[in-house]
Amino acid sequence: MVHVTKQDKLLSWRRPFSVKGRLSLFASLLAASLVASPAAVWAETVKAETYQAPAAFIANAFGGSAPRPKTLWLKPDLQEQIASIMDHPLNALRLRYWREGGRTAWILEKIGKEQPITAGFVVEDDKLIETNVLVYRESRGWEVKYPAFRNQFAGAMLDDNRQLDTNIDGISGATLSVNAMRKMARLALFLHAHVLAKGA
Amino acid sequence: MKHLIKSSVSAMAMAAALATTAGAQDDMPSKEEMWKMLMAQQEQIAELKAKVEALSMEGVQVSAVDRKEIEELRNQVANNTEAVEATTGLVETALSGDSSTPDNALRNFRGADWARNTTIGGYGELHYNGGDKDEIDFHRFVLYANHRFNDWIQLQSEFELEHSLAGDGKPGEVELEQAFIDMDLTTGLGLKFGEYDRHNFRAGLFLIPVGMLNEVHEPNTFYGVERNNVEARIIPTTWWEAGLGFNGQLTQGLSYDIYYTSGLAVPTEGGSAYAIRSGRKKVAEAPAENAAITARLKWTAIPGVELAATFQHQTDITQGVADADANLFEAHANIQKSGFGLRALYARWDIDSVAAEAIGRDEQVGWYVEPSYRFSISPEFGDFGIFARHEQWDTEAGLNLDSNNKTTTFGFNYWPHNNVVFKFDYQSQKLGFGADGDDRINLGVGYQF
Repeated sequence: MVHVTKQDKLLSWRRPFSVKGRLSLFASLLAASLVASPAAVWAETVKAETYQAPAAFIANAFGGSAPRPKTLWLKPDLQEQIASIMDHPLNALRLRYWREGGRTAWILEKIGKEQPITAGFVVEDDKLIETNVLVYRESRGWEVKYPAFRNQFAGAMLDDNRQLDTNIDGISGATLSVNAMRKMARLALFLHAHVLAKGA
Repeated sequence: MKHLIKSSVSAMAMAAALATTAGAQDDMPSKEEMWKMLMAQQEQIAELKAKVEALSMEGVQVSAVDRKEIEELRNQVANNTEAVEATTGLVETALSGDSSTPDNALRNFRGADWARNTTIGGYGELHYNGGDKDEIDFHRFVLYANHRFNDWIQLQSEFELEHSLAGDGKPGEVELEQAFIDMDLTTGLGLKFGEYDRHNFRAGLFLIPVGMLNEVHEPNTFYGVERNNVEARIIPTTWWEAGLGFNGQLTQGLSYDIYYTSGLAVPTEGGSAYAIRSGRKKVAEAPAENAAITARLKWTAIPGVELAATFQHQTDITQGVADADANLFEAHANIQKSGFGLRALYARWDIDSVAAEAIGRDEQVGWYVEPSYRFSISPEFGDFGIFARHEQWDTEAGLNLDSNNKTTTFGFNYWPHNNVVFKFDYQSQKLGFGADGDDRINLGVGYQF
């Protein structure tokens, strides 16, 4: 019987990595870039109109310096609750968010008419204190980025039906974008309550 | 100690196996399996971390050999975490359909590029008209096909079947209602003069920017089974022409459209002489001798409020048969605030033609007011809305006789979902020249997707 040393065992797990060396190198680079640069996650093949870089939004949300991002694993029962708000589960396994004390910040995406809208939300005391359109990719409906529209969300909370407790007036010609913003706002409020309850 | 190393080895092997299978689409484990694997790895990492922490607590006697093992364990925990990160990243990339790198493109689950960039949509409406008409009819079945060529050029098209059956002797029509190339000059070429302006160019066949219903007439977006008479006969919705032009935003809340298109071709004899609605040629081998210029300004700075005005000049609405240039002026307000709605519209044609003047059609005018209220029954059951509308229109306003037509409508819409609507209304008509109006009930069901 061959005596297997500790050294051999250590090498045995390294072997699959060297065989698939390039694959794992790429994977590690991808992972590293995901952690290091929030903006890279949202790189798109469609050139979009970026109104505020996601990194700047997060920094602003926490008075100039962003805390380290946390990971929320999107387990099946959580995805079910997310689907009841967004009409579909999130197309990801985890969601990055930022938290300092009782304040959380979220960067969410939802398709307006044909293209995703990237929006940033800051929640504190279960109220929306900041709503921003970060990247807009549709050819119309960009009125949702105006302060006049976004300010309607200030102070909004969720009611018992997980609907916004404030009325948000639509902009004619941008109904689908308006609805996408409403749903993402509700999701941000819901996830805020979820992570605070979890103690994360 | 040994079993800790064993379990971390198996964790690494699992991660590697997952990384391998991620490259072969057909052998991809199901989402549930992947989820379970990732959660198992997470648990193992947590276990390892806890054990490492326990072992490195102050006061615990640690030999040099154990210290070395602890160091190795820390490294393995770090590598496991990295592997999980990498695996999750790969899986998410594969699921997202992102083709921005060759490796991503290989793992793209979402099918051919053109399929990802093409969207299909449509709307339809079934009508029952009571009263004298007593008819049930699938009034419109429409399909949209939009295709995005790149980040600034797209095709928008709209194909329609009216009244279910088209062909010789059949009541219906197959129509191409829109087909144009839209180019976002601000995104594609950086065309911008200030901070808030945006500009698009379009060429093809498209809807004239006038009124409230001409561009947006999906059944769930308006009240009443049939479209109102003012927009149908004066404007005349649905109205499309072919040509080119620009649209966009001048500043926040102020948008513009300006187009150069084919013109109307009204008959010059018979009962429909100089009737605007009869002048639509629908770009079907239409006469292109005399064009039209249309300009619109729309103000939407306050959420829920839209104010717009359109001006159009037609160089000759008879396309050379007689000589009749015409001007259209239209203005409207479309307000939707906290469930309260108000639509008000005024439209007027002035036709410069002696022949039209003789039959009073040199001036055609109409207006309507429509207050409404929409509220939510419950998140499950949907919304309910009630409305009333009073409309007046006159296609012989130049006669100074009793040619004015009036219709008053009351009714409701029920939306079980925002894109599905059931409609009811009762209309009372009073026509000009003392003609009998058709008072009737209308029912409808419609959808948009």
